[in-house]
Amino acid sequence: MSTFIDKATRLVVQGITGRDGSFHSKQMMEYGTQVVAGVTPGKGGQKFENTVPVFNTVAEAVSATRANTSVIYVPAAVASSAIFEAADAGVKLIVCITEGIPVLDMTRVLPFVHERRVRLVGPNCPGLISPGKSKVGIIPGNICKPGPIGLVSRSGTLTYEIVHQLSTHGLGQSTCVGIGGDPLIGTNFIDCLAAFQADAETEAIVMIGEIGGTDEQQAAEFAKREVKKPIVGFIAGQTAPPGRRMGHAGAIISGSSGTAAEKMAAFEKAGIAVMKRPADVVPLLKERM
Amino acid sequence: MNLHEYQARDILRRYGIPVPPGEVATTPADARALAEKFGGKVVVKAQVHAGGRGKAGGVKLAKSAGEAEAAAKAILGMTIKGLTVHKVLVAPAAEIASESYVGIIVDRATQRPVLIVSAAGGIDIEEVAAKTPEKIHRQPIDPRYGLLAHQALALGFALYKDVKQARAAADIMQKLYTAVYAVGASLAEINPLVTTADGSVQALDAKISVDDNELERRPDIAALRDVSSEAPEEVGAREAGLTFIKLDGFVGCCVNGAGLAMATMDLVKYYGGEPANFLDIGGSSNPQKVVAALRIITGDPNVKAILFNIFGGITRGDDVANGIVQATREFPLKVPMVIRLTGTNEREGIEILKRAGFSALSDMDEAVKQAVAAAKGKAA
Repeated sequence: MSTFIDKATRLVVQGITGRDGSFHSKQMMEYGTQVVAGVTPGKGGQKFENTVPVFNTVAEAVSATRANTSVIYVPAAVASSAIFEAADAGVKLIVCITEGIPVLDMTRVLPFVHERRVRLVGPNCPGLISPGKSKVGIIPGNICKPGPIGLVSRSGTLTYEIVHQLSTHGLGQSTCVGIGGDPLIGTNFIDCLAAFQADAETEAIVMIGEIGGTDEQQAAEFAKREVKKPIVGFIAGQTAPPGRRMGHAGAIISGSSGTAAEKMAAFEKAGIAVMKRPADVVPLLKERM
Repeated sequence: MNLHEYQARDILRRYGIPVPPGEVATTPADARALAEKFGGKVVVKAQVHAGGRGKAGGVKLAKSAGEAEAAAKAILGMTIKGLTVHKVLVAPAAEIASESYVGIIVDRATQRPVLIVSAAGGIDIEEVAAKTPEKIHRQPIDPRYGLLAHQALALGFALYKDVKQARAAADIMQKLYTAVYAVGASLAEINPLVTTADGSVQALDAKISVDDNELERRPDIAALRDVSSEAPEEVGAREAGLTFIKLDGFVGCCVNGAGLAMATMDLVKYYGGEPANFLDIGGSSNPQKVVAALRIITGDPNVKAILFNIFGGITRGDDVANGIVQATREFPLKVPMVIRLTGTNEREGIEILKRAGFSALSDMDEAVKQAVAAAKGKAA
């Protein structure tokens, strides 16, 4: 068992013929992900890499291939439409890699996917990987190893840094989930903590948060009540100035709210071990496992 | 992207919200002419993207056209929180009976737009929320139905007892909600919403922030960007497709990915340094971006050492290395540089650097330690 994706994941790639979509589709196929279909309007009937059928719509792709998961690499201007389409087509999990979707678009997308009981991961995220089983998104497969650590993060490359620390010290991962750096996202820390708590393969959890919002604080409260497995947490942006958007649309300290100090205090209060720097992840986990 | 007050007032007018008169001047003489047009007694307000304009002396009351000219002369060219004032808003001084606050933000926790109103307007709403939360009224909005009439009217009554004024306020709230979705605002505030001596309800001052992700599809709004009101190096970075934020420290940072960039700044501080900037070269593989990044970092005289921290995923190590080599040919470095390069095409990247006489580390902590030491003029 792993979280959200595994060997049964049957993936349709929206934007499979685009620059990013084609590159990462090949990477996912090489990793062993079952890429069963692609969608690019106007290119229905073609084959991607001579093997994967391309359809004009997600609905056609799902009915022809029984795809149960979608990953989105289309440009920001059409990405919210792509999420609506995937949710309507009946996939159970949508992973939106695209960065730059307007927040107001997401205020309309989120009720739509929630009502259909579809899980959305992202947008503006690196996706997920269950090492050795399946990869949906752009997390480099070669830095991950199968193992007992569940990892959830708002970041991309910082996730790679921490995964790299884990793998090189013999701590493999059950599933790594990049939930995305936007202010409005489909899957949050609490969703992942609950899934890791329920997953038999996961023995300990790493949470990588950053400045902005209150998602980490709420997750800390949830962890204290509901999560029995050890958790180690990190918050990026301790030196970030207030009022400035630090790259990620969601990484902004508004007034005095959403600071790293506030989030680290919430972690400590909930019994989550706080990393001062990424290299602390391994010793803190080993102490607790 | 933040809009100036006068731009925000124009948008509110466009969506039918009553806004008292007021026009922009860029010279003291223009300010004088506007004051004459408005009957002499005016307010002259700095148009700058910074809070606390009043406290900084950027808002002045003038009793005559001559005083308005003097006020504009004092305000134009002054700096408020590091930003130079290039424009002033000249508006007739209004007789104000009451001041309220009306704002719409997208609330991250409920994932919905939320209308926030308070009868305690005119001042910092965060302060009101912190000290007297009972004076703040909130209405989450379902974007499928918009702000419903009864919801708006209930908040109208939270501001005014008089039914006419409550209805006028509710009408303004609904129009503000329409404006938010029409211009792609992440925040729209009327502060203060005033009642005048004759009882009418008007938006005296407005603040609108537009979601940067909206600008591509809204060229008319993107055209409102005032480059003169932003730090020049940040404008250059944006044009090069980089995210750059200047800080006060002395270790220049160049990183791929926002989270890793923040974590790198934090680690610089952890090892006793101070970061000079946040800089994310993004996920793409483009040596030109690296050249642009190095140009911006080396333009800061406070930078005593440069730190590259690259964990290649989509970003390729060889592209970054090529960018570094190209940049240092174009403008030789005057400060030490420490490079950490790992991930995709790391071997190719290190080889390119070696041939150009640079070396690269694979460990983030080690690289940061060396960069901080180099910036302090010591060996690590």
